[in-house]
Amino acid sequence: MMELQRFPGGIHPEEHKQESSSRPIHAAFVPKKLVVPMRQHIGQPSKPIVKVGDRVLKGQMIAEADGYVSVAMHAPSSGIVTEIGLAAVPHPSGLPDLCITLSTDGRDEWAARTPIDWRNTDPAALRGHVRELGIAGLGGAVFPSSIKLDPAGGPPIHTLILNGGECEPWITCDDRLMRERAEDILEGARIMQHLLGAEKLIAGIEDNKPEAIAAMRAAAERLGLAIEIAAMPTLYPGGGGKQITKTLTGLDTPSGGRTTDVGVQVFNMGTSYALARAILHGEPLISRIVTVTGHVLQPQNFEVLIGTPISELLLHAGERDGTTGVIMGGPMMGFDVPDMDVPVVKATNCVLAKSKELFPPKPRELPCIRCTQCVPVCPAELQPQQLYWFARARDLGRAQEYHLFDCIECGCCSYVCPSHIPLVDYYRFAKSEIWAREKEKRLSDIARERHEFRLFRQEREKKEKAERLAAKAQTKRAEAPAPGDAEQDAKKKLIREALARAQARKAAVTPKNTDNLPPEKQAEIAEIEARRAKIVEIAKQPVEPEQH
Amino acid sequence: MTASAHILKDSNSVTRVMLLVLACLLPGILTYAWHFGWGIVINLAWASILALALEAFALRLRGYPLKPFLSDGSAVVTAWLLALSLPPLAPWWLMLVGMVFAIGVAKHLYGGLGQNIFNPAMVGFAVLIISFPAQMTQWAAPLALAAQPLSFGDSLAYIFGGGLPPGVALDAVVSATPLDTVRTGLLQQHTLGEIHAASSIFGGIGGVGGEWVAAAYLAGGIALWAFRIVPWQVPVAFLAGIWLTAGFLHWADAGRYAAPWFQIATPSAMLGAFFIATDPVSGATTPRGRIIFGLGAGFLTVIIRVFGGYPDGVAFAILLMNLCVPLIDAYTQPPVFGATRKK
Amino acid sequence: MLTAILVMAGIAVALGAVLGFAALRYKVEGDPLVEKIDAILPQTQCGQCGFPGCRPYAEAIARGEADINQCPPGGEEGVKKLAELLGVEAKPLDETHGVTKPKSVAYIDEALCIGCTLCIQACPVDAILGAAKQMHTIIASECTGCELCVAPCPVNCISMVPLKEDLGSWKWKYPVFRLRQAT
Ligand code: SF4
Ligand code: SF4
Ligand code: SF4
Ligand code: SF4
Repeated sequence: MMELQRFPGGIHPEEHKQESSSRPIHAAFVPKKLVVPMRQHIGQPSKPIVKVGDRVLKGQMIAEADGYVSVAMHAPSSGIVTEIGLAAVPHPSGLPDLCITLSTDGRDEWAARTPIDWRNTDPAALRGHVRELGIAGLGGAVFPSSIKLDPAGGPPIHTLILNGGECEPWITCDDRLMRERAEDILEGARIMQHLLGAEKLIAGIEDNKPEAIAAMRAAAERLGLAIEIAAMPTLYPGGGGKQITKTLTGLDTPSGGRTTDVGVQVFNMGTSYALARAILHGEPLISRIVTVTGHVLQPQNFEVLIGTPISELLLHAGERDGTTGVIMGGPMMGFDVPDMDVPVVKATNCVLAKSKELFPPKPRELPCIRCTQCVPVCPAELQPQQLYWFARARDLGRAQEYHLFDCIECGCCSYVCPSHIPLVDYYRFAKSEIWAREKEKRLSDIARERHEFRLFRQEREKKEKAERLAAKAQTKRAEAPAPGDAEQDAKKKLIREALARAQARKAAVTPKNTDNLPPEKQAEIAEIEARRAKIVEIAKQPVEPEQH
Repeated sequence: MTASAHILKDSNSVTRVMLLVLACLLPGILTYAWHFGWGIVINLAWASILALALEAFALRLRGYPLKPFLSDGSAVVTAWLLALSLPPLAPWWLMLVGMVFAIGVAKHLYGGLGQNIFNPAMVGFAVLIISFPAQMTQWAAPLALAAQPLSFGDSLAYIFGGGLPPGVALDAVVSATPLDTVRTGLLQQHTLGEIHAASSIFGGIGGVGGEWVAAAYLAGGIALWAFRIVPWQVPVAFLAGIWLTAGFLHWADAGRYAAPWFQIATPSAMLGAFFIATDPVSGATTPRGRIIFGLGAGFLTVIIRVFGGYPDGVAFAILLMNLCVPLIDAYTQPPVFGATRKK
Repeated sequence: MLTAILVMAGIAVALGAVLGFAALRYKVEGDPLVEKIDAILPQTQCGQCGFPGCRPYAEAIARGEADINQCPPGGEEGVKKLAELLGVEAKPLDETHGVTKPKSVAYIDEALCIGCTLCIQACPVDAILGAAKQMHTIIASECTGCELCVAPCPVNCISMVPLKEDLGSWKWKYPVFRLRQAT
């Protein structure tokens, strides 16, 4: 048995898992209309490749990956494309986004499915398949899996962790999936281990899911897979990437870094399952398990086609009077869906119907009394109250200095805050404000460059004109040989000079105190630069919670 | 739309925090009343009424809703802390002035709950001791030593009317505190031994009665820590600060400087350690910062007690450390998760 | 009393020393002033400040010849940052130079465009594509919204379209934290 470590912070909210975990997964049903958003994953939205009026088959690609950080999208069932345009999507903003709407024909007719012989496929090509089959993290972050499965460009991955933490209250989709489809999950893990070249394979499952642990152990035995299946203590947010890494391997992910920096890659159970279905059976990611629970008649897990309207899902679970709203995701990190007709997407692990009894309206917020009850529960070991003060005062620089970007938005702090302050709202605000400013900065830098180039070009044109005039005058006077070459040379020289000038100017504006520094200072500066680059990198991605 | 948790920890609220603080003060209060009579009870009630009225008035002026802010209980906590710091037979107007400064100036002029830099009760105390030193040193004599204990009615009459029952002299009901007795004695060039021998106010380690009150505060404080309302760092560091400073002085000249036990076993030190220095709003928030805060406050308490001109130093020590909080916090940031492994 | 004063003085000296040390230790020598000012200006290059572009304005500020509140695209936020950088008091935007508008990009009605190239000559960041007698188009991602191309167009085919918020540009709002009653 391996030794487990305790990650800092964490809370024990009421679990509410029993409600939905006792019933088996309800088979998929085909709704009349499916709405497939193009932006379901982190990165570039997919690009539609069908037209309105096209008939598509189940599993047929309807949108292709747009670039490296992107995945393809597929028709969840057979039918006709009725619309390609803006439609309501599940997003806290309530803004519409590009979607492909299908009118299903009820025949649920599959397109051709080709299993892939993954053992004899080149890893790069295999990753290409993963992208083409639409696989992205189903734990909540929805990061394209093909990228996470690429071990290049970082320290070697020694451990692959299957994340069965599922630490959020109410959610049981991974629990049921492990109980019912453990073998597929492990098959997927095998492929991932192959791609990553990880020596060690660990599955971490919270000990409030004994049946799932037993099922996984039995399946591992049947498959003869060398995997350690660890029962972790139940503690929210034990399913966070950095947290589960700490629990299972004892490794601390560096501040501002990712678990891959310490050689650990973490995948969600559902992702592993989807990968197995995709590679071994040729089924792209067109459905997922969704827990429908809370204020419904029959809380249960459903296999749901991507694009199914949430309202329809609620009907199946038995809508009840007195529903005050619906949360997509869990009660800790989920958000209120702005519109009941938004579709289920790849990130939807739970649809949680609220009622006054289950989710009483929050008491009024009071000022922060600096009680620091939020400090010991923070898994990132931040000082949430200080981040809150800075964010509230819009002191974004200080917030960033105090490691705002290490916050995983788990909500532990706002859960315990006696003043009932919606702390994470402030962190989100501060983060997105910082990202927006970085973006603005980039745009203005581009504008500056283009403007300078234009000035330079105008200057050059002016000179050229003058020279041409002079040359013309000369030719007229002396009928001398064409000055073409000389003119060309002069032009080239001008450009060279201007380039040199521009470069000199660039050199001049870099901070001067970076020369003549001791190596440790240099290292420090390099590290700061790297961090900046990372933040810029993060800034390019839309706001999404850490994976769970 | 919120990104924060949709659920809250059951029943956790500012009100709960404040009620627990009040509850943990009760043992101390009961012991206090047992040893020193009804005065403290009357003063506590009077202070609470004043606090709520002043708080309501200030909230109204500032346009804040009354209900959530009055029911948070913070004003009553301030009231109790101030009442417990004043002489138990303090006249009614003394409390009024103190509370006006505590609630009106220290709390609301700085922005209300959570915004004040200084502990309101200590601001009230400091103002009173500077302005009315005479009234502030008329402590009730321990009942065990009092010639004629005041009844409830007598205490009420004295606090609000200033009159004593016929035949009772002022000297019979008030006396100097042990700390004051020591100070006066030292000023008159007596040694500690002589002072102790000359006065009946000294008990086993502290003052008669006072040492028991201190013990009861300690018990309540430990309970408060067990409820996770106060961090251990502040009281431990505060008491350690007193102990080390007093111990060093005592070691240097045992004839002039009282033993560390004596300094710690005073009600004000225990109240300060567990209930005042731990005030979250005006205290440091980082673990190391709290240790520095506590040590500093303990050190200053002894320094002011021994070398300063005032009978007690807890209030000034804590106010001085309140001033340093932003700096302490800024320089004691704990490492975040994974910071040690930063590449 | 004397001791109290001494103690306070002692603390003040000690803290002062800490601050002074920190200031020395963490001092960073930065870019020259003009670059710093230029980095704050929004680079819209619209000329509303009265200078032919952001950099000349930055130079003018650095020389002390221009006030800091003349750039409408930068808005109050920009003025504040400049004030902070230069250590002067922030002031409201000088309205004679224009008012801050939501960011827009230019849009050319291609059916009307006669291909006169006048707009190309006006655009400070070369965000317009086109050749003589051909239809012209704006590269929206490069357009700074300076409006300089609107006036020269002889057939009034250029209009400014405010940028709409979409999922990519959406920001979390500052949380509404209501302590007082709405008045
Ligand atoms: S939301 Fe952020 S600050 Fe709050 S507990 Fe979680 S990681 Fe810490
Ligand atoms: S728990 Fe709430 S009130 Fe307490 S310090 Fe944190 S943010 Fe402030
Ligand atoms: S007014 Fe226009 S040109 Fe002047 S600084 Fe601002 S953006 Fe640049
Ligand atoms: S296209 Fe027009 S509005 Fe846009 S930058 Fe060029 S001149 Fe300015």
